[in-house]
This record gives sequence, structure tokens and C-alpha cells, in this order.
Amino acid sequence: MSEAHITHYLCIGCPLGCRLEVEDNGAGGVVEVRGWDCKRGRAYGEEEHTDPRRMVATSVRIKGGAWGRVPVKTSGSIPKTMVREVSRAVRGIEVEAPIKMGTVVLANVLGTGVDIVTTRDMERA
Amino acid sequence: MITAELRHLEPHYDVVISGGGPAGMAAALGARERGAEKILLVDREREAGGILWQCIHHGFGLHHFGEELTGPEYAQRYLKQVIDNGIDVLTDTYVYDISPVRQLKLMSGSQGIRTIEAGAVVLAMGARERTRGAVRIPGERPSGVLTAGLAQKFVNMMGLLPGRRVVILGSGDIGLIMARRLTLEGVEVLGVFEIMPYANGLNRNIVQCLHDFDIPLHLSHTIVDIRGRERVTGVTVAPVSDTFKPDMSRAWDIACDTVLLSIGLIPENELSRRIDLRLDPVTSGPVVNSTMETSANGVFACGNVVHIHDLVDFVSQESMLAGKAAGDYFMWRRQPADNIRLIPGDNVAYCVPHTISTDREHIIYMRVRKPMEECTIRLGSAFRTEVKYVFPAEMVNITVMPELLEKFHGDTLRIDVIQR
Repeated sequence: MSEAHITHYLCIGCPLGCRLEVEDNGAGGVVEVRGWDCKRGRAYGEEEHTDPRRMVATSVRIKGGAWGRVPVKTSGSIPKTMVREVSRAVRGIEVEAPIKMGTVVLANVLGTGVDIVTTRDMERA
Repeated sequence: MITAELRHLEPHYDVVISGGGPAGMAAALGARERGAEKILLVDREREAGGILWQCIHHGFGLHHFGEELTGPEYAQRYLKQVIDNGIDVLTDTYVYDISPVRQLKLMSGSQGIRTIEAGAVVLAMGARERTRGAVRIPGERPSGVLTAGLAQKFVNMMGLLPGRRVVILGSGDIGLIMARRLTLEGVEVLGVFEIMPYANGLNRNIVQCLHDFDIPLHLSHTIVDIRGRERVTGVTVAPVSDTFKPDMSRAWDIACDTVLLSIGLIPENELSRRIDLRLDPVTSGPVVNSTMETSANGVFACGNVVHIHDLVDFVSQESMLAGKAAGDYFMWRRQPADNIRLIPGDNVAYCVPHTISTDREHIIYMRVRKPMEECTIRLGSAFRTEVKYVFPAEMVNITVMPELLEKFHGDTLRIDVIQR
């Protein structure tokens, strides 16, 4: 049986950036998260230790829009290891103006169960 | 684009706000809340919303809306409220002059050159990025040297990449955000170089923008040479001493085609200077009282034009206050005058507002000069609070309740951040 150890993380849940200490039971299980100021921080510590996830924000081509790109985001978090892959998958998308905020431009990206949605309205130029 | 086209520009408004970014939008809503009816929000871009449109990343609104939004979502929510509240939004227009009696001169794409009068004015012009000239980087003058915020607009709004191999000077938040953004667009980000011994951006951005992508952060390092005739071909970087002198014996070359600068923001106070507002030499923004009123009667200021914020939520909070005060001023409602001057003391670079009163609650924003752990923020002998750590990159704010000042009879209070 491996020994318990402590790993340090910096919470990215909000700009406060709490310094977290995650105590591990040596088998990948979290015993305790310390240093958090809110529930979000405690959850982040546990998740970051066992299954790190990230939100992704990027922009896609828009035809006839006021700008050349419209910003999009993942509707939820995706595994950290898939951030690059998801960004690549989104790169080829092209939508057409006008478009409303919250429009799904790619559903269930790479089977993650997460959609890619626009984060603003854009009129036709 | 979210716009409500302004058909008719009135000669007189209750409150006029110069700048339609997050500060201006919140101020407009604040003025409306206090009963101002004719409110004009002027912005030089083709849509109000300011820099938020290009800040497509997450991290906005946790304080203000209680959920994590992207910049555009934050902007759109706010702008919708502004329009729904019947506030006139005049875009593509520049306020180029202001007089002490609050006459404003506008240069407008749709309205031409116009003079309008305002019952109260809110200055919310924001800030611009420091450029290469501000830090005097030696070397040649090729293309490919640009500010991080400009690169952000290129990539996020226009779909243009600034280059393929990028070196970033300065660890400001926009630079860190762009390191990640460019990496995700397939650009090679070779490193972030920061002359100070600590990072200038938020810690969370160091983690999620640099560590996540194995982008090296070189503290106490700077660029000492930029090379290239037409286009950047490379830079030389070197570690610096405690006095920021580069150690050329340990310098090395990096081949790159682009240099991004994330070396700070300068409040845009050209308009403030037109009416000789008192400016704070540390913030380069106007000196303001507890209602965000400047040294000119009826002229208020808020957001980055007063001091550089790291969180838009605090801009909104501060600007709502300024807008309410502008509304009150127009309606002839006056708060008791401030009777305490705040003095930045140990490890405090500045504080905003510059004065407070003893009759109501105040939020004091401040920035420390150097990082410190396990410290106490002390407001004279009236108030003290303990904090785990402070960084120059992270604005500190404290809320002072009137009860604390009940027994205080002096006219100045010194703010110190001291080691416990």
C-alpha cells in the first residue's frame, strides 16, 4: 500500500485563487481538501486531483457578420486532456449571421456530452 | 451587434457618460436608478460594451451575476439592460472636449460635430495598453511587435493570427490569456518574460493559461534586443538583477516572428486634463471622493480611467456607485461631504476613493506594492482585518462600516498592510 501524500493546487474557480492542499490516501482517493474559501473551491480541489476538467472558449468563422468571428464556449467543462483536441474540432466550424447568444454550433463535441455554443448575438453587417 | 439606433441627439441631457464599456454601462444604470431621465452613453466604437467583446474567455461575473460568464456574455447582459432602460446609446462618437460647466463637444459619425450640455458627467474612458515606447526596448523596428490586447482583437474578433512563433513580454493578464489562446490556435508560444520577481497577472491565469500548456514563465527576465528588418526574426532575453540591470553574460537568443507586449495599462485621461482635474500621480487617474466625484463639481469618474482593475465585477460595482452619485447630483440630492482623507502607508501603492465620510458604509480599493503573506490591513486605529496573502497583481478591497468610525475624530486615516 502506497503512502498518503499532499498535493498543492491553486483554485481557478474564481479570481481569488485560493491555495488548496489535497490529501491523498495513496490510492488516488481524496481524504481531505484544505485551504478553500467556498464550496466551489473544495469541489475544484477534489476534481483537479482525480479528474481535472476545463472550460474552453474560442471563436468561429461567421459569414456576413459585423465581425469575422463570433465567440463560442463549451456549455460545460471537458476533461483537461481534451482541451487541444476540442479546440481543433471547433476550428473548422462556420456559421451565418445573424445569430443569437446561446446557439448550439456543434452538439456533443467529440462525444464529451458538451455542446459548443455562441456567447453573443451578432447581426448581419 | 446590439444597438438601439439613436435618431435624435438632444441639446441637453441629465447625465452624459463618456465611454460605453463596463464602467459606462454600469454608471448609466446607476444614474437611471436614481431618477435621471435623459441619459446619454457615448462610445467611440461601433458598438458599446468595450473591451469585453474581445475577452471571450471565462472568469467574468462571479461576483456581480453569481455565475461565471465569458466577456461577451457579460457585455451583452449589461448592454441589454442599458437599452431596456431607455438609455440613449450613441456609438461611433468621440467626446473630444469638456468644459467646467459640463458642456461636451462630440465628434460623431452619424451626428457630425455637436455640443451638448450635461447636468452631470461620468468619465468612463477606460485605459489603453502600454506600448514598446513606454518601456524602451532596444533593437530594430520590424513589424510583428504588438500589444497583447490588439492581438486578442485580431484573433478573437477578426480571425487573424499575429504570427506563428511568439514571445510574450510581461505577465499581465491579457498576455497570459493570449498565451493560451494562441496555443489553442496552433501558434507556438515560446515563453513569457517578466522583469519583476513575481507575476503581474492573476495566479489562476498562471495556472490555467501557462501551466496547463507547459508554457515557461521566466521571472526577473526581460527582452534586451529585438531583431529583424521587415519582420521580427528573433529576440535576445536576459535575466535581470535586483535593480533590473540585465546580465548580458547569461543572455540567450530566441528565434520568433512575433513579440506580444503585456506590460500594463494607462488610464485614458485626455478629457480629464481638458478641465484640469486633479490627478493621482500613482494611478494617473482622477482623485475622487467617496461618491466618485472628481475635483470638478458634477464630474464623476469610474472604472479603469480612475485606476486599473483586474476584475470587471469591481468595475461594475464602483461605476454603479458613480452613476448613482451622478444621478443624485442632477436631482440636487447631496451626500454629506467627506471628512476623512485616506493616506496610503506601508506597502500600499494607492487607494480609491481618496476620501471617505463617517456617515455611511464605504468600499476602499487598494493595491499593494509588494507581495506579502499572513498580513494585516490596518486603517488607522479604527479598523483592522487579517488576510492570508496580498499581491500587487490583485486589487485588495475592504468594506468600512460607519460604526467603526463613530469614535474617530481625526481628519486623516493611514492605510497600512503589515506583516503579522
